[in-house]
Amino acid sequence: MNEPTPKSNPSVRVAKPHDSARRHVSGEARYGDDIPEPRGILHVYARPAERAHARVTKMNLDAVRSAPNVAAVMSAADLDQTTNDIGPVFPGDKVFADKQVMFHGQALFAVAADSIENARRAAMRADIGYEDLPAILTIEEALEHNAKVAPTRHSPRGDSGAASPVAADNIEGARSAAMRADIGYEDLPAIFNVDALEDSAVVVPSKRWQRGDSAAAIAASPHRLSGRTKMGGQEHFYLEGQVAMAIPQEDGDMLVHSSTQHPSEVQHLVAKVLGVPDHAVTVENRRMGGAFGGKETQGAQFAVIAALLARQTGRAVKFRPDRDDDMIMTGKRHPFLIDYDVGFDDTGRISGIEVMQAVDCGYSPDLSHSIADRGMYHADNAYFLENVTITSHRCRTNKVSNTAFRGFGGPQGMVGMEHVIEEIARHLGRDPLEIRKRNLYGVTERNVTPYGMTVEDNVLHDLLPELEASSDYARRREAIRAWNADSPWLKKGMALTPVKFGISFTAKHLNQAGALVLVYQDGSVQLNHGGTEMGQGLHTKVAQVVAEVFGIDLDRVRITATNTGKVPNTSATAASAGSDLNGAAAYNAANKILDRLLPLIRDHFDVASQDKIEFRDNAVFAGERRLAGFAEVVKLAYMNRIQLSAAGFYATPKLEVNADGTGRPFYYFAYGAACTEVLIDTLTGEYRMTRVDILHDVGRSLNPAIDMGQIEGGFIQGAGWLTTEELCWDDAGRIQTHAPSTYKIPVCSDVPEQFNVKIYERGENIEQAVYRSKAVGEPPLMLSLSVLHAIKDALAAVNGYRYAAPLHAPATPEAVLLAIEAMRAPAPQPRQRRVAEEAE
Amino acid sequence: MTQAVRFLLGDQPIELHDVDPTQTVLQWLRNDAGRRGSKEGCAEGDCGACTVVLGRVDDNDRMVYRAVNACILFMPTLDGCQLLTVEHLKTADGRLHPAQQAMVDCHGSQCGFCTPGFVMSLFALYLSEDRPSRQRINDVLAGNLCRCTGYHPIVNAASLMYDYDWQDPTLAKASETVACLVSMRRSDTLALTHGARRYFAPVDIAGLATAMADYPEATLLAGGTDVGLWVTKRHMTLDTVIYVGDVAELHGIKETDGAIEIGAAVTHSDAIGVLARHFPDFGELLRRFASTLIRNSSTVGGNIANGSPIGDSMPVLIALGARLTLRGPDGAREMPIEDYYIDYGKQDRRPGEFVERIRVPVLATDEHFRCYKISKRFDQDISAVCAAFKIRVEDGRVAAIRTGFGGVAATPKRAVSTEAALQGQPWNEATATAAEAVLAKEFSPLTDMRASEQYRRLVTSRLLRKFYIETTQPEARTRVLEDETEA
Repeated sequence: MNEPTPKSNPSVRVAKPHDSARRHVSGEARYGDDIPEPRGILHVYARPAERAHARVTKMNLDAVRSAPNVAAVMSAADLDQTTNDIGPVFPGDKVFADKQVMFHGQALFAVAADSIENARRAAMRADIGYEDLPAILTIEEALEHNAKVAPTRHSPRGDSGAASPVAADNIEGARSAAMRADIGYEDLPAIFNVDALEDSAVVVPSKRWQRGDSAAAIAASPHRLSGRTKMGGQEHFYLEGQVAMAIPQEDGDMLVHSSTQHPSEVQHLVAKVLGVPDHAVTVENRRMGGAFGGKETQGAQFAVIAALLARQTGRAVKFRPDRDDDMIMTGKRHPFLIDYDVGFDDTGRISGIEVMQAVDCGYSPDLSHSIADRGMYHADNAYFLENVTITSHRCRTNKVSNTAFRGFGGPQGMVGMEHVIEEIARHLGRDPLEIRKRNLYGVTERNVTPYGMTVEDNVLHDLLPELEASSDYARRREAIRAWNADSPWLKKGMALTPVKFGISFTAKHLNQAGALVLVYQDGSVQLNHGGTEMGQGLHTKVAQVVAEVFGIDLDRVRITATNTGKVPNTSATAASAGSDLNGAAAYNAANKILDRLLPLIRDHFDVASQDKIEFRDNAVFAGERRLAGFAEVVKLAYMNRIQLSAAGFYATPKLEVNADGTGRPFYYFAYGAACTEVLIDTLTGEYRMTRVDILHDVGRSLNPAIDMGQIEGGFIQGAGWLTTEELCWDDAGRIQTHAPSTYKIPVCSDVPEQFNVKIYERGENIEQAVYRSKAVGEPPLMLSLSVLHAIKDALAAVNGYRYAAPLHAPATPEAVLLAIEAMRAPAPQPRQRRVAEEAE
Repeated sequence: MTQAVRFLLGDQPIELHDVDPTQTVLQWLRNDAGRRGSKEGCAEGDCGACTVVLGRVDDNDRMVYRAVNACILFMPTLDGCQLLTVEHLKTADGRLHPAQQAMVDCHGSQCGFCTPGFVMSLFALYLSEDRPSRQRINDVLAGNLCRCTGYHPIVNAASLMYDYDWQDPTLAKASETVACLVSMRRSDTLALTHGARRYFAPVDIAGLATAMADYPEATLLAGGTDVGLWVTKRHMTLDTVIYVGDVAELHGIKETDGAIEIGAAVTHSDAIGVLARHFPDFGELLRRFASTLIRNSSTVGGNIANGSPIGDSMPVLIALGARLTLRGPDGAREMPIEDYYIDYGKQDRRPGEFVERIRVPVLATDEHFRCYKISKRFDQDISAVCAAFKIRVEDGRVAAIRTGFGGVAATPKRAVSTEAALQGQPWNEATATAAEAVLAKEFSPLTDMRASEQYRRLVTSRLLRKFYIETTQPEARTRVLEDETEA
């Protein structure tokens, strides 16, 4: 792309409202369930399995089929191995449970009836028998099982590599026991085998990266700590649930309205299960009511079932699970368990580190391989790890298959790293921020990631001090210490944490996009691109780009629904890359049209050189001379038989990824930092954020209003993940938190009264992303790590900052109170420190 | 008897015959009325995407506008109300209402799915109050979930909406609306049949008694914030529903010498003022009780009669020594509220009886009262533990102590052993410590998704500690929601 600079009256780099804002507030914006239904539409209910892991010994659906108003019933028996599988990359994600139930709530069969109530009632008449199988419900159990089915070949520590869940009477006991455990995992033998998949312990093979000699570096370090941290999953809680409506067309074609981030994949999977070419299926989506990764792959099951039943009945079919069924049937953020072993010097600089990430993938692969990879890519967060070993186990559990969620494994990897920083700081009796700064990536040295990519655009050396100053960190640090000394029951805590997040799909081929720009004779423009709108303002940003290229007002550009019939072979709108990819594709499309217009204008208006021609202010100029209005020029072009539509394409440059994932998986990094202060109640574990300061790098923002919305919204969503959003399963593997009454996302009052959010003004993408902007969808979520660490800081105050709080995420009031009780107990014996000689 | 449901949809009179008594307003709007601006996000009154505004005529013949959850509101309860939906707000010439314009101008919508609900909550606020505080905005919006924005721009919109020059058409027409609604008023029972199912909405106790005598197995419906979920979540079919919300005698709040009397059908929104005035902590608890949207429907009597072990008002009323009046075929009887709760799902309510009113004694000058609600999230969350304490200390000794707890047993309960351990003892550190130990063992709470048994035990005893600190060291900082924000 050439170096584009905005015009005098620009459409980019300005705070334009969301293109649908007026329709949102008036209730006129149409979502999947709002589209008028064709006459005779059928509604679907899918019967959930009532076991976590079992063989289906009997499934008699006669009574279901004969129930009143039932039009069709479908189960795995109606499909074959291939068509019952909708795994996006690897096989394993089932449309319906086939002989074996893999999680509680898995769809057994689906009923289409004239109403959802009749479909549900009919489904309850099924006669189903199960034979229970042992269920694995936690990462710890999975690791144990892992060790059994695939014994470690050897342990780097020379003793048994089998890990087991740590049980003790209290958290501190558990904690010190966990500290003592010497956990070592090696790569598993290649047990990935589709036939044996359901019995294997991982959903995809484990992976390891090594640089330098971490074991030797740790052994040679003056200080050494090891331990474990855990974090829970997260329900997307998009306000609009999953929904799909399939409408049969002539000659076996199918039109599917799907609430999906990935229309091309839904198109392909629907075609696959229907046994028709992709060209027979059209998938359309105007907007989603939130997605956050939860509609990257998870929409497919609903679309596929609706399409199957539509074909069978010849009628339109809608599948909209209610909130409970949605939360039971669809995947969530992956919980991680992270063990670490780190060596460092007296200043806190890390000399060697070994990290083991065990990932709870749920029952099937879905996107877990890429998510676990991104966990590894972000195991460093913003810190240089010279001698490093990162191991990732992608554990299978008998739970719904976990999936993409804003950050895509990155946040989990970073939580692990920030936990290590916190432990080092408390061990050395220093402020964690000092340890953070001590380990930051350098600008020209100490700047190569564990996966071999050089960090060329690090702005944290400038951004972090600015936030430190604007948040008044040093003064408040002292004030908080003083305040705490005088407050026995309430304690304050504060933490400032950085974010470095890699931008691009780590699967290189996904980094491509297309756009279609249509200019009509009246000068109005219709724009279509491969990205989907889920609230992030992508359509607004891409329209701004096109308006800017043509120099016309934004309202002259109409964005239409994403449609596989307009732009084919698109990637999911994901990885924060929506504007980078689709914005650039639309830019290229619009410029193609411009390039066709220029010679015409030159000749028609007798302009000396094409270079002098400018499109701005809804008109065309040669220098200061106004030649004609944009619409006039367009009409002129039409009369001269010049094509006024163009398809644009874009592929992200510079990416090189090796088979093992090392190389340059990212075009660039996005950066940010947040400083959070909390107040906790040591009698109850309750807490609240009292002040948050954020400074975030979005390059040169395409739309500061939309970017601010992403920063604030991402931070709050991340804060929810790390605090009140707790997913619970019972011993039978049933999810207990399947509605907002039990699953608590942040509400209005959880937003701190002092919420100072700023875009980093000196931000500019050193790479040629569209108008030098940077991706903003995911990175701000990880600003919320400051909340978890502020709570830990307040907890450390309970025992005079002598050691780090034994606090996992989510830090519910319960988790906080139990941590306080542990902190009040006498210091644990032995302390985490181990002398180097003990290790080998 | 009246046999049709009559209400105003905006300005348009609607008369519905053969209404399904448990069809929700949201279902009707979306499927029958073709109004799809209101969304279903959860169908349990927890997300607010379905928020609509109900206009009612108050005792002074003035319109009162309240935002409620349409997803759990049964259609026949609209009888005699004005229903305002998001489609009502934009003017015919395309001008947005300030509640809408402010949301646009503050970038308050991203995905937009929750937006109509927020707009309706803001609209009700705009009609009812002028320039609310940040705290009040938080309270009003506690029942509206947004997953995109982080709420900051929405809070800004709630302030900005008062800055536009605007003559509100709804307010301008209020007196016409009053006249119209008054003309719709019934003086007899609304009696609906829908197939074999029935719905009765009597207007007085005599009518209620008749309906209950005729249908002793009927489901009594008040605010519907729990019964609504029996239908939308448990998918139950309710054969006969008797709605008590129109029964005149069940309304009204009376302050008499030494007590407050509240009718069973009084909503929590209507009760919060007087209770907060007498018991500031109770007011704070009610502020965090469910959400504004729920409190606009939920009733004082409904929460009590329902008998849930995790209802928030009962522990407080138990500690305050409230007394319950039940009325039945044999007349009225009164009991201490704790006696009403026999076991899980079992209350001392005889056939034909209904909860008529609750009487709450005010505090004597030498009594101290505190209550605490512990939940994962401060606002709109069901308590893991709810605890309430009332104490009278004479000459340094505990002269009287009453406690109430929720979330720790099958019913709301007093901590009898703990009270005994405190009674007559000096109110000091040693007594508090000893009582904490008794309290930690007094209940056998369950582990569930809200809290573990361990946490429930621990926090229950820590709350007694907190009560001790707050009654003996008034200067101590003990509340995270009250303390100053800046270090």
